[in-house]
Amino acid sequence: MNVSRGFTGRARVHHPGLPPGQYDAGDDWPVLSAEVTPELAPADWTFRIDGLVEQPRTWTWEEAHTLPASAYEGAIHCVTSWSKFGVRFGGVSLDAFLDVVRPHGSATHAVAYSHTGYTTNLPLADLAGGRAWIAWEYDGEPLPSEHGGPARLLVPHLYFWKSAKWIAGLRLLDHDEPGFWEQNGYHARGNPWEEQRYAGD
Amino acid sequence: MTETSTHPAFTPPTRFAVPGRIVVNNRTAGMWQTATLTEIRRETPRASTFRFKVPKWAGHLPGQHLMLRLTAEDGYAAQRHYSIASAPDDSGHIELTLDHVEGGEVSGWFHSVAEPGDEVEVRGPLSGFFAWPGDRPALLIGAGSGVVPLMSMVRHHRARGLPVPLRMLVSARSPEELIYARELGAETTPVFTRSAPEGVPVARMAAAHVAPLLAEQPPGGWEAYVCGSNAFAEHASRLLVAGGQPVDRIRIERFG
Ligand SMILES: Cc1cc2nc3c(=O)[nH]c(=O)nc-3n(C[C@H](O)[C@H](O)[C@H](O)COP(=O)(O)OP(=O)(O)OC[C@H]3O[C@@H](n4cnc5c(N)ncnc54)[C@H](O)[C@@H]3O)c2cc1C
Repeated sequence: MNVSRGFTGRARVHHPGLPPGQYDAGDDWPVLSAEVTPELAPADWTFRIDGLVEQPRTWTWEEAHTLPASAYEGAIHCVTSWSKFGVRFGGVSLDAFLDVVRPHGSATHAVAYSHTGYTTNLPLADLAGGRAWIAWEYDGEPLPSEHGGPARLLVPHLYFWKSAKWIAGLRLLDHDEPGFWEQNGYHARGNPWEEQRYAGD
Repeated sequence: MTETSTHPAFTPPTRFAVPGRIVVNNRTAGMWQTATLTEIRRETPRASTFRFKVPKWAGHLPGQHLMLRLTAEDGYAAQRHYSIASAPDDSGHIELTLDHVEGGEVSGWFHSVAEPGDEVEVRGPLSGFFAWPGDRPALLIGAGSGVVPLMSMVRHHRARGLPVPLRMLVSARSPEELIYARELGAETTPVFTRSAPEGVPVARMAAAHVAPLLAEQPPGGWEAYVCGSNAFAEHASRLLVAGGQPVDRIRIERFG
């Protein structure tokens, strides 16, 4: 252990919801994106799932809204070390979209991509089973554009760079293919509980 | 990283606006190493530069950042990202410039406890998308401590006598709060938002500041690098887009 002389840090709060190395950002919601926030109207937003599926499909804003509404309430964790508790997102469970396209048995991973061309890779298992959403509401209001509105992917059990903003689609693959941050040294899966920040963690 | 060479890589229908400029070495990014503080220089009432000896530093490009960790006696640790202020060189040293954030856990330690000889840990350099290898004409826009990674570019440009054009537009509250003021040269236009020297208007960064720079487009066009708080990054990137700068030539580093 390499102690820095005289460093005591904040009062130790035991927070069972806080993954290792994270701190509670309270009311702040810092933004992490490398590109200009796009001006994307809901009418111009589409979401597509293709690749290793029975029935590739593109949804418009209105079509996506006919699927059963689903909400997430809980925490989100950013790789830059902040976590945010008690967030409320509204949208549709990704399972509802996957049920329509029916993934092939050979599909193991997905590349999520944005309307800006941002990409991030995820195991398909992390996108199914009620753990991932397409979200368009935050705290009962339309999701602000700098936080990914009109709609973003939401995979709250992984570091937040996996929750692609301005989500445009998922391509299902039979192998893992690194996305933008993953090619820039970040971890392929990004599980905050195992502190998988960078490749090799 | 995952082996992908046997598969053709998936390319989304929209090309990503800001692909990485360099490949990050995952081995150096993954390894914590000890950095020993050798010097502290005050820049402004709220910001100081901290120089570290990092014997095994793998080298960086201007614009990259690192992760810094402080550990307490009981094993508690706090880690934060900091941009590298110094230009790449072979001195075995790197410099960071930290704002003193009110109540800040890490910056507070640096500004009130740290002394030469103290040890911290760093891993990096990290992130390739905001790096500037010195190849393309660079238009740099920053505010507050957002000038830190941009200064590494300015210093690199000078140290190497690079022929590509480079301009910097930097916003500060007042001349006293302008970080690196003594070092800034003809490449830099400061904008003061609260108080300014005689004859210089007090202003928020606006289209009128960006327009003359966008008008002097060098061959191949500017690669724009924007850095600062999220609010500033949103504001400055909108000014660039409105002024005609292509979105795929704007790179943004947000400090939170
Ligand atoms: C890529 C990147 C590069 C960066 N580069 C630089 C740089 O070059 N220079 C620079 O100065 N900064 C830089 N930053 C910002 C830096 O990482 C830190 O966020 C900053 O130094 C503040 O950290 P801190 O530990 O001092 O403050 P923190 O302890 O994180 O506090 C920040 C604010 O939140 C409040 N706060 C947070 N948590 C709590 C809590 N539990 N209880 C009470 N209050 C709380 C504090 O009071 C304070 O106002 C960069 C950030 C990024 C993402």
